[in-house]
Amino acid sequence: MIDILQLLIFGIVLGGIIALGAVGVSLLFGILRFAHFAHGDMMTLGAYLAFAFVAGLGWPLLAAFPLAVLLTVGVAVLIDQVLYRRLRRKAPVILLFSSFGVALMLRAIIELVWGPDTVVYDSAIQLPWRIAGLRIKPDHVTIVIGAIVLVTALHLFLQRTRTGKAMRAMADEPDLAQVTGINTERVVIWTWIIGSALAAAAGIFLALDTRLVPLLGWNLLLPVFAAAILGGIGRPYGAIFGGLVIGISTEMSTLAIAPVYKPAVAFTIILIMLIWRPTGLLRGR
Amino acid sequence: MSLLVAEDIHGGYGGVDILNSANLRVDADEIVVIIGPNGAGKSTLIKAVFGLVPIRRGTVTFDGNAITNQRPDVLVARGMSYVPQERNVFPTLSVTENLEMGAYTRTDDYSADMAAIFDIFPVLAERRRQPAGQLSGGQRQMVAIGRALMVKPRLLLLDEPTAGLSPKFVDEILERITAINQLGVAVLMVEQNARRALELAHRGYVLVMGACRIEDTGANLLANREVGEAFLGGRAAND
Repeated sequence: MIDILQLLIFGIVLGGIIALGAVGVSLLFGILRFAHFAHGDMMTLGAYLAFAFVAGLGWPLLAAFPLAVLLTVGVAVLIDQVLYRRLRRKAPVILLFSSFGVALMLRAIIELVWGPDTVVYDSAIQLPWRIAGLRIKPDHVTIVIGAIVLVTALHLFLQRTRTGKAMRAMADEPDLAQVTGINTERVVIWTWIIGSALAAAAGIFLALDTRLVPLLGWNLLLPVFAAAILGGIGRPYGAIFGGLVIGISTEMSTLAIAPVYKPAVAFTIILIMLIWRPTGLLRGR
Repeated sequence: MSLLVAEDIHGGYGGVDILNSANLRVDADEIVVIIGPNGAGKSTLIKAVFGLVPIRRGTVTFDGNAITNQRPDVLVARGMSYVPQERNVFPTLSVTENLEMGAYTRTDDYSADMAAIFDIFPVLAERRRQPAGQLSGGQRQMVAIGRALMVKPRLLLLDEPTAGLSPKFVDEILERITAINQLGVAVLMVEQNARRALELAHRGYVLVMGACRIEDTGANLLANREVGEAFLGGRAAND
């Protein structure tokens, strides 16, 4: 029983991280109609930018976090304006492949700047708290609280602000959004801002939980896509739910199968979903 | 001076012209109906006016200004709004949010206009928190028209507002369109319930092969034998 609870905690931590990434993938797909393959490397970029402030300037992670997020957002908006904006009227598959190119470029730049070796934010060993037989790492508490705060902020943005509502409207019916007079280019830029900010946060949390490697985010891309598909692509709330399901089931799988097969869980869930219910559990596109 | 004038409109999707020298005008405070056989280009004409179908030749003026091939968002800001035939609500947004999206281009306080729309369609007030996708077809059409009214348009373009509705809702929607017109909004609509639409229209056009073949008052078109036989499909089919 303790084992299951312990795995549940690990699953919620991983699920929160995946959810933050999946929300961005889902929103971007809903608005721009393409699978953003550079999303994993956006996460990596956020994580390394935070590392630059922590290791280079000696800042605490809490101070590095907002600045790293802000810089990642800047990069995402810049890439959109320079590259994707010119391709918006083309077939979605062209956008998909160009995002694949962006993914490779981002990763190459990260390796060029920070090198291919593994690094960490803080090399001190963190002692977990022991509560009723459970081991809880302080970092895990940080990650879960951070994810809850960000998801709540996203919820308020989508439900209460004019731009957030326009984003949901555009994900629903892009043509109608246009004839209604919604400034669709503005909504697109906001989608990049939200998506890349959450991706950067996910990357920093993942690096905090594990270690920094240039493949950090790329390795998480499959579970992130699985979560977005599970929740119904284009549905941000579904993506949060999907992230938790993938995270928890990945960790729980170690009860039955060897931990090296953990990555197969997300893959299996994608396959089952695409065959059984391709529109997702919450009926997306 | 007419509010909307379209002269000698040629255009269509891709390289093929669906419209071949179509002409029409709508005066302020008028209801104008376009009828005609399937494939005549009725919906295309409305879309061309609203900048959704490219116009290759001809001019459109709105309130004296040239608006040929203007983008829809520009036209919305100028006081024209359009209700597509299908997919005309945001299904996951609530009724209130759909109306708010209609007012997206406005920066002033629009609460009075929203209240006015709830007066026109009281059933929407009861369902204001419900996602539009959960409403019946007739109620969705009300949301769609309400959304278009949120910009306080001077001209409302409606593409088959009663398509696929039950007879009860057909009557209700057409009645509401008259009520909206009486508030000072000009209406240009395509309608497949031609007989019913001509009864409430001030004027109508019969569009054939992309050109306006006949123009007359609604009552005269209803009385016109040629129109009755060719386009109203005889009494039995429509009544």
